[in-house]
Amino acid sequence: MNTTKKNDLYILGASILVYAVIQGLIEVEFIGAFWLLNVILICINVILSASLNLINGFTGQFSIGHAGFMAVGAYLSAVLSVKMQMPFLVAILAGGLGAGFLGFVIGLPTLRLRGDYLAIATLGLGEIIRITILNIPYVGGASGFMGIPRHTTFTWAFFIMLFTLFFIKNFINSSHGRACISVRENEIAAEAMGVDTTKYKVLAFTIGASFAGVAGALFSHYFYIAHPASFTFMRSFDILTMVVLGGLGSLTGSIAGAILLTFISAALASYPEWRMVIYSLLLIILMLYRPQGIFGSKELSLKLFSRFTGGGKREHAKD
Amino acid sequence: MEVNSFLQQLGQQLINGISLGSIYALIALGYTMVYGIIRLINFAHGDIYMLGAYIAYFTTTVFKLSFLPALLLAMAGSALVGVLIERAAYRPLRNAPKIAVLITAIGVSLLLEYGGMLLVTPQPRTFPTLFTTMTFKFGGIIVNSQQIVILVVSLLLMVVLTYVVHHTKIGKAMRAVSYDTDAARLMGINVDRVISFTFAIGSGLAAAAGVLVGVYYNSIDPLMGVMPGLKAFVAAVLGGIGVIPGAMAGGVILGVIEALVSGFISSTFRDAAAFGILIIILLFKPSGLMGKNVREKV
Repeated sequence: MNTTKKNDLYILGASILVYAVIQGLIEVEFIGAFWLLNVILICINVILSASLNLINGFTGQFSIGHAGFMAVGAYLSAVLSVKMQMPFLVAILAGGLGAGFLGFVIGLPTLRLRGDYLAIATLGLGEIIRITILNIPYVGGASGFMGIPRHTTFTWAFFIMLFTLFFIKNFINSSHGRACISVRENEIAAEAMGVDTTKYKVLAFTIGASFAGVAGALFSHYFYIAHPASFTFMRSFDILTMVVLGGLGSLTGSIAGAILLTFISAALASYPEWRMVIYSLLLIILMLYRPQGIFGSKELSLKLFSRFTGGGKREHAKD
Repeated sequence: MEVNSFLQQLGQQLINGISLGSIYALIALGYTMVYGIIRLINFAHGDIYMLGAYIAYFTTTVFKLSFLPALLLAMAGSALVGVLIERAAYRPLRNAPKIAVLITAIGVSLLLEYGGMLLVTPQPRTFPTLFTTMTFKFGGIIVNSQQIVILVVSLLLMVVLTYVVHHTKIGKAMRAVSYDTDAARLMGINVDRVISFTFAIGSGLAAAAGVLVGVYYNSIDPLMGVMPGLKAFVAAVLGGIGVIPGAMAGGVILGVIEALVSGFISSTFRDAAAFGILIIILLFKPSGLMGKNVREKV
């Protein structure tokens, strides 16, 4: 138990070091506007992929409508900061809570479905959310919600990402998280052991949805605009791809998947007509040769590093 | 007068809905057969439909073929591509986790869309007029020759499909594989060949739908398959996935509902209506209108 806390502190320290280095590079303008955009996108994508991994990877519920919740967060926070002049933090919180509430309301009936049916239902719900927003003139309809102030900085994005990761990590390691994993492993057996499967499925779905809302808020406050076309099912697929690429059920995998895919799309940005072709070929080839993702369900951890330095006490018998 | 014009409008929307719906039905058949056999939502199916439309476009404009040979060529070409996709992308993943196969399907779909954009440019093209448009009036309801062609061709294809599935050896094998793959394999059925055949038929039907849409709307583009593809999947779920008559009925029902929503409420809610129906069906009758309830094995 003590070592876990110590590990957490090490990771926190390392993260702050990473933050300081990148922030320094931004200050001296080594990282220009284009790469700054991508660094912030990486933070947003990590939030999205980690939160989707909680639903898909850890709880085993196949959801592909994440972009819908992101849209809710993006629009709700935009309304709060543009129309009601609320501070950024309040807007983010409201975006997260709103998306989470919607996730709860939607999750309660739909999570009774299983496998492909749940997938297609969440896809449909994501599209319904988008089309509904498209039809609300108050938030700009089809032309999008414009004039959102740029509040999202690297600092905001990075620390919210860090918070998300620690929250989800601690959730997974709590008794609630264990219950979620038991639902993934075998729903019927979990139910027989007295786990309230519906409760945990909805709980994971709600948490995932609220973090997607937070990511949406960061997104709309960076690009000055919230546009319905940014939240189509293509975006949901993008997030899903990051999760699967990194490994379902691996939080570090989600981080790696988000970073890798954001880099790939950034690197291909100068060949717009080839970008999606290469991206899709990469997807197919990766899936053909490594269908379980880069990390599988394993976590990349400090333990791995301590193996090289010779130290490191074993904390659990697992792995 | 009020009532009369309402009825007239209703009849008109029904006609439009049925012709749109038979196109959905043709695409949905491919989804439902593939899902019935390998339990895969083949996201690339909508793009096969786009491919069919483009093959017909090039055969009619470059080689000056008439409607029927162009339709047959489009069906044959797309069937071939469908089989190749299955061979190259889905077969190696037969025993992989489901989500990996799904991601691959999304990858193939993106490849067809954006590869298509590279090859034929993203601009929409005007589909050539293959026969003179004639309009018929039945008591105020207008039916044009394109709608009649759509109905005749799709009905014919569905009859042929029903014959193939119920009265030929390969059809029997398809039903056997979809009922129980392992048992079918033990009985000496070449499962891989049956799956290839299913992809060929499904892709051919989707291509036919693409050609018909080209004839109907006179405009095609590389992304035309995305929305109809999703909606056809909704149609397949609506009818009960894996059930062939269900896909036909689901397609027509979806088309009619869509036409009614865009005619009487607002065309911007058309797409939301399709997904709304999907959610309602899934919540109250997850196995679809014609599907059977399968008990879960513990």
